[in-house]
Parts: sequence; C-alpha cells; structure tokens
Amino acid sequence: MSDLVCNDLCMTFTAPGNGAVVEALKNINFTLKKGELLSVLGPSGCGKTTLLNMVAGFLNPSSGDLQLGGNTITGPGVERGMVFQQGALFEWLTVSKNVDFGLRMKNMPAADRKKLVDKWLDIVGLAGFGDTPTYQLSGGMQQRVALARCLVNDPDLILMDEPLGALDALTREKMQSLILELWKETGKTIIIITHSVEEALLLGQRLFVMAPRPGRIHKEYRLDFAAEGLKQSLRDIKQKDDFAKVREEILTMIWDMEEEIMGGV
Amino acid sequence: MFEWISYHRSGIAAVVILGLVITLLWSIYHGVKTARIREKEQVFGDPERTTGGWYWAVCGVATILLLWFYYSWGMARAYFPKAANELCQIAKVHESLSPIVAQLPIGSRYFKSTDLVVRNNEQLDDIEASFPVDAFSAQEEKQIRGIITQTRSLIAVYSNPDSIEAATVSSLSMIVNDINGLTDRIKSGSAGLTPTEAALAQSPWGVTPEEIPMLPMTPRGVMFDGIAQDVTKISKEFLTLRNMPDAANQLIKNTRADIKLVKDNLENTSAGDDVIDIRQSYMKSVERVFKRLDDGMIFPANTLDDVNTSVAVMIDEINAAKGGLGIIDALFMPGAGVVKTRTICIEQGSSRWLPKPTDVIATFSTLANPNIEEGGGFKGTRLLWFKWLPISDVVGFFVPDSLVDILPGSYGKHDDVGRFVPTYKDHMLAFAKGEVYMGSIPMLDGHIWDSLFRVLVAMSFGIMLGVPLGIYMGVSRFFKSFFDPMIELYRPVPPLAWAPLILTIFGIQDDGKIFLLFMVAFAIMVISARTGASGTQLSKIRASHSLGASNRQILRHVILPNALPEILTGVRIAIGVCWGTLVAAEMLAGTTGVGFIENVARTVSDYELIWVTILIMGLLGLMFDLMMRKLISILIPWRGKG
Repeated sequence: MSDLVCNDLCMTFTAPGNGAVVEALKNINFTLKKGELLSVLGPSGCGKTTLLNMVAGFLNPSSGDLQLGGNTITGPGVERGMVFQQGALFEWLTVSKNVDFGLRMKNMPAADRKKLVDKWLDIVGLAGFGDTPTYQLSGGMQQRVALARCLVNDPDLILMDEPLGALDALTREKMQSLILELWKETGKTIIIITHSVEEALLLGQRLFVMAPRPGRIHKEYRLDFAAEGLKQSLRDIKQKDDFAKVREEILTMIWDMEEEIMGGV
Repeated sequence: MFEWISYHRSGIAAVVILGLVITLLWSIYHGVKTARIREKEQVFGDPERTTGGWYWAVCGVATILLLWFYYSWGMARAYFPKAANELCQIAKVHESLSPIVAQLPIGSRYFKSTDLVVRNNEQLDDIEASFPVDAFSAQEEKQIRGIITQTRSLIAVYSNPDSIEAATVSSLSMIVNDINGLTDRIKSGSAGLTPTEAALAQSPWGVTPEEIPMLPMTPRGVMFDGIAQDVTKISKEFLTLRNMPDAANQLIKNTRADIKLVKDNLENTSAGDDVIDIRQSYMKSVERVFKRLDDGMIFPANTLDDVNTSVAVMIDEINAAKGGLGIIDALFMPGAGVVKTRTICIEQGSSRWLPKPTDVIATFSTLANPNIEEGGGFKGTRLLWFKWLPISDVVGFFVPDSLVDILPGSYGKHDDVGRFVPTYKDHMLAFAKGEVYMGSIPMLDGHIWDSLFRVLVAMSFGIMLGVPLGIYMGVSRFFKSFFDPMIELYRPVPPLAWAPLILTIFGIQDDGKIFLLFMVAFAIMVISARTGASGTQLSKIRASHSLGASNRQILRHVILPNALPEILTGVRIAIGVCWGTLVAAEMLAGTTGVGFIENVARTVSDYELIWVTILIMGLLGLMFDLMMRKLISILIPWRGKG
C-alpha cells in the first residue's frame, strides 16, 4: 500500500521585494496508486516543478499534506528517487561509482554493490561502461546513468523533472521507450514532468494538465498510449487519430492559458 | 675540469653563440616556411592558429639569449678576447691626457682660460652693479671700485700675448714637441715591441674578479702603455705651468694691499651691526673673485693653440692606430667602452649590471658547490644539498616534554648513598627531550631548501585550516557571516605590510616568515574553497539527498570534490603569492634563503649573484607552477568538461 496521497496541498511564496504573496499551488488533491505512471504538463509557472520538489521533500507545503504509503513526507528520502533534467551526475566519479553512490552511503558491502550496479547498468543499456568517467558520456547516456543511479536504490516512487528535455529527438524517443520498459519491468510508481505534449501523452497512464495563478490541476486524463507503447513502436502511436485528437485538445488548452497570462500582464 | 671550463669560458661562449645564431636562423626559416603552408588553411582569429609552433619558442629563446650575450658584452669577450686589454691600454692614454685635454677645446668646446675670463668678468659686473652705496663712505667706494678695476686689468694682463714670459712660451713649445714626438711613435707602430712575461701570465678577460687584465698583452698594447706613461709625465709638467708675467705680479701685490686696507677698516663705522655685516659680505665676494685669479691659470688664447692642435693630432692618430678595435668597441661593447679608473680598467656600459651568461653560470656553480671549505655555498650555508638529521632531534621537536609528566609513576630521586637511579619515566623524558640517539635520516639542506620549506609548511597549514573553513563558509550561514568580516579585513592588506609587525612578534627565524606566508595562503585557500563549495549545483545536492546521503556524507562526497577545481586553483595562486612574499620577507630579515642571498648581493653590488638569485627564483616558481598544472590535470580531469 505505497500509494501517494495528496490532501488539499497548498504552497505560497512571498515574492522578495514587494512582499506580494504568490500562490504556487492551491488545493491540490489526488491519489496515485502504486505502479501508476503519471505525467504532468502545463505552461511555465503552473507549479509543476514545485509539486515535484514537494513530493521529493525538498520543499515543505504551506498547508495540506503529502503521504506516501501512509507516511507524511517531511524531507528527502531514499524511497523517492529523483532524476534531474541535466542528470546532476557527480562528474568526479566513474559511471559505476555514480550508480552505487546511494549504496555506498548506506555502507553496503562491495560485492553486493557490484552485483546490483552491473544488473542496472545492463538494464539501462550501459553494460561495460562502468569505469568510464561520466564527463565522457553523451547526454542520453548520462541520463541513463541518472536513471540507474535512482533505480539501484529500489525507491517506491520515481520522480523525473523534465528528464529528456535536453536530448535530441532521436535519443529522446529511445529514452521514452526505455522509461516505459522500466515502468513495466519494475512496476514502480513514476511521476514525469515534461514540456512536451507528445511525451506527456506517450508516457502518461494518467496525465495532469496544470494551470497557473493559482497553480492547480486543470484537467486530468486517463490514457492508454503508455500501455500501447509497450507493444508497438511509439512512432506508430503518434500517427493514430485519437492520439492526434487529444494532442490538439491539450495544445489548445495550454495555448489558451498562455494567452490568458499574456493578456493579464 | 671545472677550472678548465672556467678558464676557457670565453671560448665556450664563442661556440654557444655560434650555435645560437644557427638555431635562430634555422627557426626563423622553418617558422616562415611552415607559416606559408598554414596560412592557406586557417582564417585569422581562429584560436587553432596559436597551437603548436615550438620552433618560434626556440626562436624566442635564442633571441633572448643572444640579446643577453650581446648586451653583457659576452659576444665581444667570446670573439675578441684581447680587445678589452688593448682598449684598456688606450684608456690609460686617455686618462693620462685628461689634465691637458681639460684645458683645451677638444674636451669642452672652449679653452678653460676662455671659460675663466667669461665667468670672472660676469661676476665682477654683477658685484659692481650691486654695490651697497649706503654701507660705505664715498672714499671707501672709490677704493673698492679701484680694486674691482684692478682685478679686471689683471684678467687683461693674463690674456695679453705680449706680456707672457719667454720661459712659459718655451715650456709650452717643449710640451708641443714632446706630444708630437709621441704622435710620431704611435704612427711608427708597434713593431719590435713584445709584452712582458708577467703580462702574458695574467688571467684572460673576465676569469678573475678583476675582470680586465691591466698589463699590456699585445705589441700594440705595449706601445699604448708606453705612450700612456710618457703622457703622464708631460701632463705633470703641463700642470705646473703658470702664466705669471711681472705686470701681473705687480698688480696682484697692489690689489692685495688695497683689499687689506679696506678690510681693516670694515668695522670702523658708526652704523649698526647689520651694516657691518653688509660691508663684510660685500668685501668677501670681491676678494673671492680676486683670489680665483691670483694663481696665473689664464693663458692668452693663441699660446695654447699649438698644444690644442698637437693633442688633436695625437688623438686622431690614436684612433687611427686603434683600427679594428674601434669597430669592435662601437659594435660589440654597447655603452662607453672600456674606461680606466684610478687603479683598474672597467667595462663602462650595460655589462656593468648585466653579467655575461657564462659568468652567471660560473657564479651559480660556485654557489651550488656543496663543499663549503672549497668556497661553495653562500655565507656558510649550501645552496641545496642534504644533511644527516638525527631522528632524536625530530622526536624532541614533536613530542612535548609535558607528555611524559602525565605518565603514571614518578621521576627518580637520589638515594641514601648519593646516587641517582633513573626510573622508566626518566628514560621516557630523555626520549622526549631528544637525547636518545636513534640514528639519522637524510634531510634536505641549504638556502633553496630553507625557502621551499617555509613555503611548503605555510601552504600545508593554510590548506589544512583554510579548506575546511572555506567549505563550511560555503554551506553555513553562521560560518560565512561570522568569519567573512575577519578574513576580508586582513586579506586586502599587502602581505609585506604585515611583515615588520609579524617579524617583530615572531622573530626573524622561520616561525615569523612561516606565519606571514600562512596568513597569505590561508586567506586564498578560504576564499577558493568557499567559492568552490558555494558553487555546487543545487541539483547535485538534491540528488544526493534523494540517494540517502547524510549531511556529513554530502560535505565529504559531493561538496568537497565539487570544490576541488577551485581549491587546486587556489593552491596554485597561493604558492605563487607565497613565493613572492617569501623572497621579500627574506630580504627584510633572516640569515638563509634565496631572498637573503639576493639582499646580501644587493648591498655589495654583486650583479652576477643578483642575477643568479633572480634566475633561481624564476626557475623554482616555474617548477611550482608546472607541478601544480600537472597535479590539476591528474586530479580533476573533468575540469571544463562537465
């Protein structure tokens, strides 16, 4: 029962200078069941990264609470792994040292660590790269290391903050398939934040479209594309009519929101 | 071996210079050829254009060495080893001639006599114009004006060619004859002359501290040396000449009596002391001009014409006899050439303060010789060598005696029969005091090591204390705000401004200098470690939190390695600044170290030694920097690639 439960979550910031109160998130309510894949989409400033940082425990809510498996989240923890946009790898360490960082911090014996690291490097497609310094890796490979580093700790929940944002189109597609495979293989709960509507549709079993001022969940979708993506090529899915229909709908929605923001200024 | 090299240094320099010229020409040829090929491939501004080009580095080094050889007169000595000795003989002639030349227009455009006439007449005019009418009576005024007029006519008598005495005229013509005779001797050349054995036994140019050998070593030199001796005699004779005709003698006698008459009555006046002062000082100035003229040093202009002509001819003849030497002097001895002072011949030019490369190497070899009895080292300390350091000394330094005090048991006492029986505690105390011999270890020793040791100890303390503090300042609001004002207040003060204070407090030995350097290193290390720590990407910190790292683990495994590039850059800067500060601190006080050597060399104007120390410091600084660069590329290969 490690569901993520979000009760009336609110987050307000006080802007430096004029002291104006900004409502980054207001009354967010949702429950994410174990093994669900959630993608979050929205125009900039809608609070999606704030939401993720609160789930990760980097920020504490102004009111309301977040619970994972019945425990209120008060700070960062190993059960919630995080993957950052730029990988945030430790460039002074090799690939395997990066991957087993969490295990070393737990003082796991070296032999056990090696077994786990080899297993996960194999899964993310980096077998044999263990001794490579990370600064020699390409962007896509770095992101694979970041995924392995997060998964090797066996977290209940994986948080991804625009993990594929900095990658080229081809690498991005490969990584999307990888994330879907990992989701299927491990059955982990995953939250992905993204800017790309297509990516949100492909990787979202559930999809939140968030709106700004105050930050809130504007609309929720439950989609089948993620499940289909495990069976057929992602490019074929993108060609489908219903995919295009939802994509256009969401794009219009976000477009309108952006218009509203610009008009409001 | 060393003696042989030292004696033949100019010959070795000749080979080296030839090699350098060939290298220079070859590198220019190669560089130009390569540049022609590359020109087509690369656009201007492309940083790739600066890669490679080691031949231009060779070209630059060869150029600087050749310039060094040239301006230190190293080329002159290498290829014309006898030139300085010959020029020294000519310099002797010029020195002997100088009393005569000083009287003639050759040296100064006007006859000395003309200068005297003009100057004294001007002063007499001034004195007459400023006559203090109120201070003297009408009769006195008449007397004084009379004195001035007589002084003027004295100048006129001196200048009159008709009044000059026959004896003086004949003396002058004898001098002219003698000079002409010498000129003929120069003209007839140096055939048949041979240098003495004592002269040939002299060390060549630049081998002894005397630099240029004094005795003539060539036939031409022998000739000039002889001429110089004769000129000295003529000069002496010339200096005794006086133009003192009877008319002048009479005038001098009369004027002297008149002056005495006025002076005796200077105080016989009803006026006050201030008027007496005016009268006295005015008469003093009148008398001063007169006294300058009563020695007969003014000659009629045309009487000296012959002397002037003969000396000019002689100097022309000397220059003609110089021949190729003149060209060597002008081309290869930048500056005034070889000049004779009272007792020695010296190089007058850039080589006075720019020693020849070969001499610098010779000085360095002497300095680097570890055998102090042979005259190696400097002021009783070697340059860089090793010594045997007793381990007990190290133990005695590091183990405090009080540590033994806290051991259980008690120290021994004398027993009933007056013997002392040491207990184990006494033995331990002897050990802690460094009195137990435990063998020796080889340890570096010498001026360079002393300087290095100071920098290294100060750097170690600076790193050990500065890096942790800097890291904490990078992550903690308390540490940052509490320590920031202290460090920022003392850091901007130039380290040398602290030196007088710190050397007074800690003494002039190692501890004072080490503390001074520690202050320098500490501030730089704190600031660089702080910059490195506070520059850690937030996402890396968050990632490590999510991976379950504790705060301490994050400091050790994320923030410290992340700050390493800045820390190492800080070490590199700190070593450089410490090195610079150290040398200056050693100049202020102390008895060892590279800066100490230079300071002593400065006080005795030993330019070779000064250059040697400069080169040592430069090379050691370069070595530090190269080591740090290597260390940086090994320790942080990810730098600039993240």
